[in-house]
Amino acid sequence: MMTTIALTVNGQQTTVDAPPMKRLLDVLREDLHLTGAKEGCGEGECGSCSILMDRGDGNAELVNSCLIPVLQAEGATITTIEGVANQQHLHPIQQCFLEHGGAQCGICTPGMILATHHLLDKHPHPTLEQIQEGLAGNLCRCTGYMRIFEAVKDAATKTSKLTAHS
Amino acid sequence: MRSNVDEYKLIAPANLTAVLQALASDPTLTPIAGGTELMVALSAGRLPQKNLLSINHLRELRFITTTPTDITIGSGTTFTDIRYSAVLASDFPLLVQAASWTGSIANQNRGTLGGNLVNGSPAADSPPALLAYDATVTLISATAGAGNIAHRTLPYRDFHLGYKKTVLAPNELLYSITLPRKFAGYHSYIRKVGTRNAQAISKVALAGLALVEENIVTDIRLGAASLRETPVRCTAAEQAVLSQSITPATIAAARAALSSEARPIDDIRSTARYRAAIAANLLEEFLHQLTQ
Repeated sequence: MMTTIALTVNGQQTTVDAPPMKRLLDVLREDLHLTGAKEGCGEGECGSCSILMDRGDGNAELVNSCLIPVLQAEGATITTIEGVANQQHLHPIQQCFLEHGGAQCGICTPGMILATHHLLDKHPHPTLEQIQEGLAGNLCRCTGYMRIFEAVKDAATKTSKLTAHS
Repeated sequence: MRSNVDEYKLIAPANLTAVLQALASDPTLTPIAGGTELMVALSAGRLPQKNLLSINHLRELRFITTTPTDITIGSGTTFTDIRYSAVLASDFPLLVQAASWTGSIANQNRGTLGGNLVNGSPAADSPPALLAYDATVTLISATAGAGNIAHRTLPYRDFHLGYKKTVLAPNELLYSITLPRKFAGYHSYIRKVGTRNAQAISKVALAGLALVEENIVTDIRLGAASLRETPVRCTAAEQAVLSQSITPATIAAARAALSSEARPIDDIRSTARYRAAIAANLLEEFLHQLTQ
């Protein structure tokens, strides 16, 4: 049985027809063709599927889209990795990841960047411990994390209040 | 093996009254809040409950209210909400600490205190603190077609009946958790032992509160995870310490008492032997802190 969900993704209002229990991750990838969010575990442990979601109270929160039934995204405002850069201009976080070698295979990277965005929103000048905690839900198999932490530290110096662009 | 999402029904009645009416009319409905438990089962093809009721959007369940004598937390309050509550940080720091090591930031943003309790895992992160703090829980329900909402309140320590089994009736929702503000001056302790600092389900966890007056322990509460098939108060260990001063003999007696009442198991995360040893060590660590 299908249901119609209205939501805003990367600044664009859109509707999807989907079974209400279809995972938001699958709706993003299959219905909206936003394949930046990835499935690494399907159980909310790896963070590859992380997106930012505001469920209508003005608070954009980092969430694992593999754990959200699309019905619960009704009326939500969502930012995926595709909504982070401002057209041709990389977001400072993305630029820092590039400069510091914070991405190798790239599978964890969309989630890492959104987790970083969420972290810097809450803690504009994070300590290493806060960075580690903020990114603890995002697993990386390639980099060994050190370059990611350096990228985050550098991104924190670029601007104290970051906003996503669509 | 994936679930076939077409086989699942999910409805989201607009408000709490409508949700309770839905539950009253159809007690086979299973509520889903943040989804951090049920959606894992769905992804793994292991969610037998096909008839689901979303309560994630209910603002009526997401609150933290304060009176001079207690703080009441709505069942839909997220772990993030708990972490950012100044009044919980000052009066109930063990609960805030437990919320901080639940899953990861993304899970804390979605997971709810109510879901943590209703899911009923003995390894859950919030129960040890809630048990130590003498929490009470309020359950609500409606009768089909009738306007009134029934409440019942009970001690949280009576909420869990067995492994993932609670006293909740099929037409009931957990509404709120109330904590009495009577622990000023208590020593407090909480520790979770797991494989990582985040995203780890506990092998063992222990929460402790104690009042020490002139070297005598006049009150002590111990809440534990992963030592029995439900979260438990370690009452035998408490009795071994109550009205005593902390000496090597008291510590030995407390350790022995804890070993007698703990019935840990071997499972995917740990062994009974490890759990028993570590639980006793956590207790000793707490008791040593009481002498400082």
